[in-house]
Amino acid sequence: MRPSTVPLSEVAVSKTHGEDSPYFAGWKAYDEDPYDAVTNPSGVIQMGLAENQVSFDLLEEYLEEHPEASSWGSGISSFRENALFQDYHGLKSFRKAMASFMEKIRGGKAKFDADRIVLTAGATGANELLTFILADPGDALLVPTPYYPGFDRDLRWRTGVNIIPIHCDSSNGFQITIEALEAAYSEAEVAKMRVQGILITNPSNPLGTVMTRSVLELLLDFATRKNIHLISDEIYSGSVFSSTEFVSVAEIVEARRHEEAERVHIVYSLSKDLGLPGFRVGTIYSYNDRVVTTARRMSSFSLVSSQTQKMLALMLSDTEFTERYLRTNRERLRKRYEFIIKGLKSAGIECLDGNAGLFCWMNLGPLLEEDTREGELKLWELILQEVKLNISPGSSCHCSEPGWFRVCFANMNLQTLQVALKRIKEFVDGRKPKN
Amino acid sequence: MKMLIHRLATSKAHGEDSPYFAGWKAYEENPYHPLNNPSGVIQMGLAENQVSFDLLEEYLEKEQEQVFKCGSNFRETALFQDYHGLKDFKKALASFMGEIRGGRAKFDENRLVLTAGATAANELLTFILADPGDCLLVPTPYYPGFDRDLRWRTRVNIIPIHCDSSNDFQVTRKALEDAYKEAEKKRSKVKGVLLTNPSNPLGKVIPRKILEDILDFVTKKNMHLISDEIYSGSVFAPNEFVSVAEIIEENGYKNSERVHIVYSLSKDLGLPGFRVGAIYSYNPNVVITATRMSSFSLVSSQTQRMLASMLSNKEFTEKYIRTNRERLRKRHEKIVEGLKEAEIECLEGNAGLFVWMNLRPLLEERTREGELKIWETIVNEVKLNISPGSSCHCSEVGWFRVCFANMSEKTLEVALKRMKDFVEKKKNKKQQQQQQQLLGYYFG
Repeated sequence: MRPSTVPLSEVAVSKTHGEDSPYFAGWKAYDEDPYDAVTNPSGVIQMGLAENQVSFDLLEEYLEEHPEASSWGSGISSFRENALFQDYHGLKSFRKAMASFMEKIRGGKAKFDADRIVLTAGATGANELLTFILADPGDALLVPTPYYPGFDRDLRWRTGVNIIPIHCDSSNGFQITIEALEAAYSEAEVAKMRVQGILITNPSNPLGTVMTRSVLELLLDFATRKNIHLISDEIYSGSVFSSTEFVSVAEIVEARRHEEAERVHIVYSLSKDLGLPGFRVGTIYSYNDRVVTTARRMSSFSLVSSQTQKMLALMLSDTEFTERYLRTNRERLRKRYEFIIKGLKSAGIECLDGNAGLFCWMNLGPLLEEDTREGELKLWELILQEVKLNISPGSSCHCSEPGWFRVCFANMNLQTLQVALKRIKEFVDGRKPKN
Repeated sequence: MKMLIHRLATSKAHGEDSPYFAGWKAYEENPYHPLNNPSGVIQMGLAENQVSFDLLEEYLEKEQEQVFKCGSNFRETALFQDYHGLKDFKKALASFMGEIRGGRAKFDENRLVLTAGATAANELLTFILADPGDCLLVPTPYYPGFDRDLRWRTRVNIIPIHCDSSNDFQVTRKALEDAYKEAEKKRSKVKGVLLTNPSNPLGKVIPRKILEDILDFVTKKNMHLISDEIYSGSVFAPNEFVSVAEIIEENGYKNSERVHIVYSLSKDLGLPGFRVGAIYSYNPNVVITATRMSSFSLVSSQTQRMLASMLSNKEFTEKYIRTNRERLRKRHEKIVEGLKEAEIECLEGNAGLFVWMNLRPLLEERTREGELKIWETIVNEVKLNISPGSSCHCSEVGWFRVCFANMSEKTLEVALKRMKDFVEKKKNKKQQQQQQQLLGYYFG
């Protein structure tokens, strides 16, 4: 960018928007040469976008059967009311529907109070908002690696807050350990940063795994000991392949009878589970009254369109629909996951044992020329330019162990996935192994 | 709770303890209804445009097929989260903005950045143009929400550019310089001037000469100019509004890198719930950065798609803009006449959804306390929620913003009658007091 003659702020000129990382560079290659089965069969296949496209037909079917959801009915007198509704409390019917949906996802193992739900334009808005509320500029949040690259922007850019990584590696399936937690906390102390909280993503992006109950207990104990907050980003909670494997921090809070609940906050969104990223529907669920009140006021800067709230209130209060959707969506994701794992295995590639999400965490360590970040990026570029697959290198997720890649499998049809797997197999077969 | 809750959570910069919000509470607890609660509080503190809904409803009824068909569009729309925004929608919005200005300015959709409402747009621009501790100069009286929007999370300050009735509250060069000096004294770097044009709460467009003066000033000081033009479609006469965009174009885009316009569909189209705001900037770096930053407050793709078809329908937009203006003009006339009958004067307005009413003659004391006292009486006894000038940081006491477009004509008539009765009662009481004083003088 040519520098502006009129000065802009430090936030404006900083690189913290993060768009210079490979995570975004790969998208450019895709944009310039996108795969299409018919018109561009040798183009780049997008496997870096965590979108859920496997269950759209269910939504389309619902909307077809319920036209009142996307219009305002005959006479359109409800249009006026809906168009005027800008209350930052959000539509009550929508909040109730969200609370009920979140309960269904957790198999009724946790209850959600609609009055603790704050609506935001996407989880992107929610995570930033929580950071503004819980931390000062210069403070730190501890985040387990590998993590979603967007956090670098969402948690740090305008807030001025830092991220200190909690390093995880394959020695134990990338689970958080007490040693890693303590090390991260000490690192913050050495850097003279006040730690205000821990932010986890559960199920994890990019790992595609749920957190175990014991790790969640560990985290809550640690947060209590240090008197800090715990934010649990559960946006993939409806994308766990089996209906019973997910343990939400909400369950732990309830098991502890809400003791120390005031430090716990959950982020949710309809972008992944329902595949509606365009509609910008995110929520913050907090057990802390002060946080709820403040978040509500602050949500003025990123409210959800009342038109969208109205449509989704109808859809998500339809329990017959939501039950069927969750059940079917899980099943389809599970099948996709099995398909890609099998395909990669036949190419001699192992993945982390996953049970959730829209991606798998693939291990290309054996294919690296050097076991370094540079080695990983070299391999990544090769895969992008020659194999024409846009996958996300672990280093863009701040993974401390080189050679891992996140590969999305739900944002394309099965045929495209087959083509991608074929290309990977050919690539691996054509390469000499490290030793 | 022994936890540290961050400063922002405890700061009062959200502004919700001001009378601006307290009056709403009185309304919420006792809202007027012509049948169910005819003696309730009439809401005149909400700048909403309800006079032209029928036009929107008519359009939606006619174009249901076009607007609501899901089919193959649904998937694409649901997935669309590109912060560049829906191209069709931005084209339509850019064209709409040009139409509002009578074609006197053209808008390039590639300079438009969509945000969830003007609230987000103003905050976003502040993040981009100013650092924590810096300041923006804002003419008073101004929209109370700016205290939150421009300052809360950004930690940027507002220094007021004081305006008063001596010249119809216009910004003067002296007031600009004074504000700048005040910032210097406070050691706060001034990064720009933020105007609302047409003005909220004045209900008046800013004259061309003043806009040119302000442009000169910001150019000399090498700072930015943000022009919040969210009421631009609510100017009663089609040719009275001069947008800063026109001046920029006339000057061949010289020095335009410092100019940014904010728009929204909340006022002109009466759609505050849909959260449709936009930043239009002549500065390419600002466009790029604002586009990235809009990730935190994108407009729902469902809403973009619906409005894209509405705003590209030229027949509809031309009719809407023309009819909306006319209806607002009539409403404005009605309230000004009605207040005149109550012997109340207003600032001569030509735009917006409110009038700037002068109650100075009725104040017991010409102080902020005096203003708040009469305001409390009007809210609690006359049962009208109007906005006191002090909540808009007006340096001259006794002025009130009174909204007229968020209710039916009948309700407005009820409100005007109440004002008339109130003023008469006050007059009679004063006369009685004066008579008693005289009697006391003669016979005391």
